[in-house]
Amino acid sequence: MKETEETVERKIRVLVAKPGLDGHDRGAKVVARALRDAGMEVIYTGLRQTPDMIAESALQEDVDVVGLSILSGAHMALAPRVIELLKANDQDHVKVFVGGIIPDEDIPLLRKLGVVGVYGPGTPTDQIIKDIRQAVAK
Amino acid sequence: MSFADSILEGNRLALARLLTKIENDTIEGREALNELFAHTGRAHLIGVTGAPGTGKSSLVNHLALYYRNPSIGKARQVAIVAVDPSSPFTGGAILGDRVRMRDLAGDPGVFIRSMASRGSLGGLAVATSGVVQALDAAGFEIIMVETVGAGQAEVDIARLAHTTLVIEAPGLGDDIQAIKAGILEIADVLVINKADRPGAEITERALRGMLQLAHPAPHIFQNHHKDHSWGEPGSQQFKEDDSAVWIPPIQLTVAIEGQGIPELADAIARHYQHLMTSGELSQRERSRLRSELDNLLRDRLVARWRATVSQDAYNQALHNLVDRKISPRQAVDLLLNGDAS
Repeated sequence: MKETEETVERKIRVLVAKPGLDGHDRGAKVVARALRDAGMEVIYTGLRQTPDMIAESALQEDVDVVGLSILSGAHMALAPRVIELLKANDQDHVKVFVGGIIPDEDIPLLRKLGVVGVYGPGTPTDQIIKDIRQAVAK
Repeated sequence: MSFADSILEGNRLALARLLTKIENDTIEGREALNELFAHTGRAHLIGVTGAPGTGKSSLVNHLALYYRNPSIGKARQVAIVAVDPSSPFTGGAILGDRVRMRDLAGDPGVFIRSMASRGSLGGLAVATSGVVQALDAAGFEIIMVETVGAGQAEVDIARLAHTTLVIEAPGLGDDIQAIKAGILEIADVLVINKADRPGAEITERALRGMLQLAHPAPHIFQNHHKDHSWGEPGSQQFKEDDSAVWIPPIQLTVAIEGQGIPELADAIARHYQHLMTSGELSQRERSRLRSELDNLLRDRLVARWRATVSQDAYNQALHNLVDRKISPRQAVDLLLNGDAS
């Protein structure tokens, strides 16, 4: 008799990263904690990550989602670069979310570049959790 | 090309994906492990355990940096498996060991994987052994496994690793902690990290006292489950020769500054050498594979038996057990033999 049953449910794995030079990671930690409480496995990378470091971590950890927390204003440079590197690594399926201080006019541009969700201050964490579950289920 | 072939060729994305499949215990993952098993057994497995906050991640980071650029000998391929706890309530986890390992980013000779413990006690996840096998087959020469760090019950790591480092830091408990069974007993190398802090010499004295009191015993695990252990001829015969007994050295380090790391790497290398010359390596390997075999057998037998018994009969037995009409052992007799006498 061979074992055929698969008993373990697939967990959503999320990389929460802070690219760029600002040192404010409260938001990233609040989101990481909320995702943990929603039953996800959150890999937290810490401050001042380059897009290359983020893409490399995303590959080694085989994550479903990358969440970028950016408060420095450099989102239009950093987020597209991460997406580009993920694609270069054959990780097109990884969904990228951005949180932080993002001017309204930049949101459609980011979405066009492949960012699945953009969240400003005050976003209920339930919204983020719901969006991630939906994006991963697709 | 199969998963196993891609991994043997060094494809990192395939490796990362396989590790996920092993964690999720999928059929694809099991089949790849079957194929890869013949390619395992070449890596030096180093376990790193100790209480939270003693500096395990920083130490692993600096050891990896050293193995990538040693003062003598050639650079080695390093894999790191860092286990952090899952929440027992939601099943979620925050895996934060990479924060301390940023120095290793961008080095293709290093592969870091974070794992959630997923409800397993003993400091490792159920799938850790499979993950280590895949990394071993992928050609990593040094595999460091960092445990959850919950403390005194983390002995699984000694079963898995060839060399177990137990990390202590000054100011964490007195000499009674040092003589308790378990965590210190499993140490092949004792590390006092943060050795620049006050109290390091007191910790060192306590540990040294403990080592002198200890009657060094070879680290072959006693099987606590007598019910299914077949006696193995010769398994209790150890050389009484003193040179065959390893006394764990005490290494002082300041991990964040890299102090004491070359000396620690040297102690680890000496331990591996000792395992090979004393023949303990093959004994440990045998005992590890035996416990893995027994565990798999037990799981499979239970699953096979569960498929044959009706849910009603099971519920009935449980019901009688809850009502205290039968004892737990009688319930087992009833379910296995249909006879509660």
